[in-house]
Formats: sequence, C-alpha cells, structure tokens
Amino acid sequence: MSRENVLVTPDWAEQNLDTDGVVFVEVDEDTAAYDAGHIPGAVKINWKTELQDPVIRDFVDKGAFEKLLSDKGISNDDTVVLYGGNNNWFAAYAYWYFKLYGHDDVKLLDGGRKKWELDGRTLTTDEVNRPATSYTAKHDQDTTIRAFRQEVIEAINNKNLVDVRSPDEFSGKIMAPAHLPQEQAQRPGHIPGALNVPWSKAANEDGTFKSDDELRALYQAAGLDEGKSTIAYCRIGERSSHTWFVLHELLGHSDVKNYDGSWTEYGSLVGAPIARGSEG
Amino acid sequence: MCGAPEQTLDLPAGTDLNKQTVLAGTVRAAEEPLGGAFVRLLDGTGEFTAEVVSSASGTFRFFTAPGNWTVRALHHSGNGEAAVTADGPGLYAVDVAVS
Repeated sequence: MSRENVLVTPDWAEQNLDTDGVVFVEVDEDTAAYDAGHIPGAVKINWKTELQDPVIRDFVDKGAFEKLLSDKGISNDDTVVLYGGNNNWFAAYAYWYFKLYGHDDVKLLDGGRKKWELDGRTLTTDEVNRPATSYTAKHDQDTTIRAFRQEVIEAINNKNLVDVRSPDEFSGKIMAPAHLPQEQAQRPGHIPGALNVPWSKAANEDGTFKSDDELRALYQAAGLDEGKSTIAYCRIGERSSHTWFVLHELLGHSDVKNYDGSWTEYGSLVGAPIARGSEG
Repeated sequence: MCGAPEQTLDLPAGTDLNKQTVLAGTVRAAEEPLGGAFVRLLDGTGEFTAEVVSSASGTFRFFTAPGNWTVRALHHSGNGEAAVTADGPGLYAVDVAVS
C-alpha cells in the first residue's frame, strides 16, 4: 500500500472535481457543516443517521449499506474520495467503514476540510443530485479489520494495543475530548499495557498526514512491536480509524484492527481490567 | 456522541462549574469576531489536546482540566494564539487575535 493509492492532495482534488468515476463524499463530526458549504459536487454521508443501526449499537448491515450507496449515486467501480472536518476523523471512519464492505477504490483527501478551507479553496451550497445506482457490496463485514470486546481483552499482553486518545483521557484525568462535556457513565483509564499514541501526533497542524518517515519514527519511539498484530481504540472509534488508516494504509502493517466499541464500551464492561495513570 | 456542540459561550444545561474546567472566548481579526477559524487547545507541553471551529460570532469553548493551556487559532486570513492558566474548576475567558 502506498500513499498515492490511498490519499489525494487538494490540488489533485481540485483538478478532478468533474472527472467521471470520481465521487467526493463529505463525512463530518458536525453533521451540519456540509450544508453551510461543501466541495463542489460532493455528496454527504451522515455518520450518525446513515452509518449506524437506528436501534442497536452497531453498523448498518450489508443490504442497508448497498441501499445507502445506491441512493447517494455511488457505483462499485467509482473512486470515492472522502473528506471531512476535524482533521478527517469521520472521513477516516467512513474510509474504514467502506473497506469493511469491500469498496475497492477509496481515498482520503489529505487535510480534509481544514486544509481545503485554510487554502481558501471553493466551497459551495449548491445542491448535488447524483443519479441513483445499484450498488453491490463485495462481501459482508470484513472482521479482519474490526475488533470486538473479547478479542481486545485477549489482546492484553499479546498484541499491540494503541490508545489514540489524548494523554489526559488515557491517564483517566478526563473522560472525553476537551471540546465535549465530561459527564460520562464509564470508568476512566485505559486498557492495561496499551501504548498511548494520540492520533494528533500523526497529523500536521493543517490536518495533513505526516510523512511516512515521521510516522514510522513515531510508532517506533512509542514501542509498537511491528512483529505483532495491532488493535487501535479511542472513545467511539473515529479517532482510532485515523490511526488505523496510518498503520494499515500508509505504513502497510498487515494485521491492524479498529476497535469501534472503544472506551465507551470497554470502560463500561463489568470486570474488564483497567489501568490508570500515564504509564501503559 | 462525538458531535462537536455548537460553539457559544452559553454552557450546556447541567454544566457544573464547581467541577468542570471550561475555557471559552472569541477569535478576532482586526477587532472583528472571526467565525470559521480552527481553534486548537494545546497543553502545557505544547501537545495537541482538542480542536473546534469558532462559531459565526467567533466564539469557542473547551471542557478541560486545570493546568496551563495555549489556545491557537488558524484561519485562511492568519493565525494567532493566547495562553491561559486554569487554577481549578470554573469558567476561564481567553480571547485570540489572528493576524
């Protein structure tokens, strides 16, 4: 896997806004951001209402994913370019989600909305209507990239566990990122033995990914054992998608899973081991 | 869940300032409130902690912990930063000028 296969630059994006077979998709934490202005021609996917099952805590099934992409006008052989706010957190989440259902050609716009806006590039409120398609997912969910709670507990002392939250969330000082209220039901802390490598260390200030050399040095210095499998987690699985993208797609590590249950699940499990403080 | 709340100085119902530490303020450019700026919260070592986008009236806020913080704003029109120390729980005002 190389960077060119999974990332596009804003310049490339600007030159390919009207290219047949290239679909831009915005996925934001702030689900109203798209309506205030989006990349010309881009469609929107709402991570809350369109990617989650409406009743149980899980993703939509294969049939619902097929219907969603069909309604959005996305075809199986389209190149899907995902971008979003907050340093591409939810765009990376959607990238991983598209891979769960086997979409071949997905890319992230490097820097997402932030870099695009900082560059002063065009945003529009023009309505986008793409003709519906009949999308067929390649397979059911690929659980080789999705971790569930039991395998996370079994991974303690066996696999790399990478906690990508901020140091204060890792140590148990706070329960959520600092732009959110802190009242939560779970116990604070982290999974014993986890390495704390905040997702933000993989990104530059403008939201673009750091270079492959910088990224390799980052995880090496943190003590990631490249001979072992890796599970990344955060609070709800979006920031860890960013790190999953770095480890699996940019650096080419072979066995990397994202634990989307993350701390909101793990920190609520009766009897699950928890560590506090800044050490793993 | 992780949806960034709209950035205003009005705190959400139930915010207990005896327990929570809140940093809030306005981004301005040439004295005028600046919406759409990327506002980054950096901890005492300069490490990134959180990021929000300033509201149409330039406001932002962070729910954090006591300590020394830097608030850094990025915008197409310029960048700027300001430091703030939170001694304990409560609401701390911090304004950032970009140029």
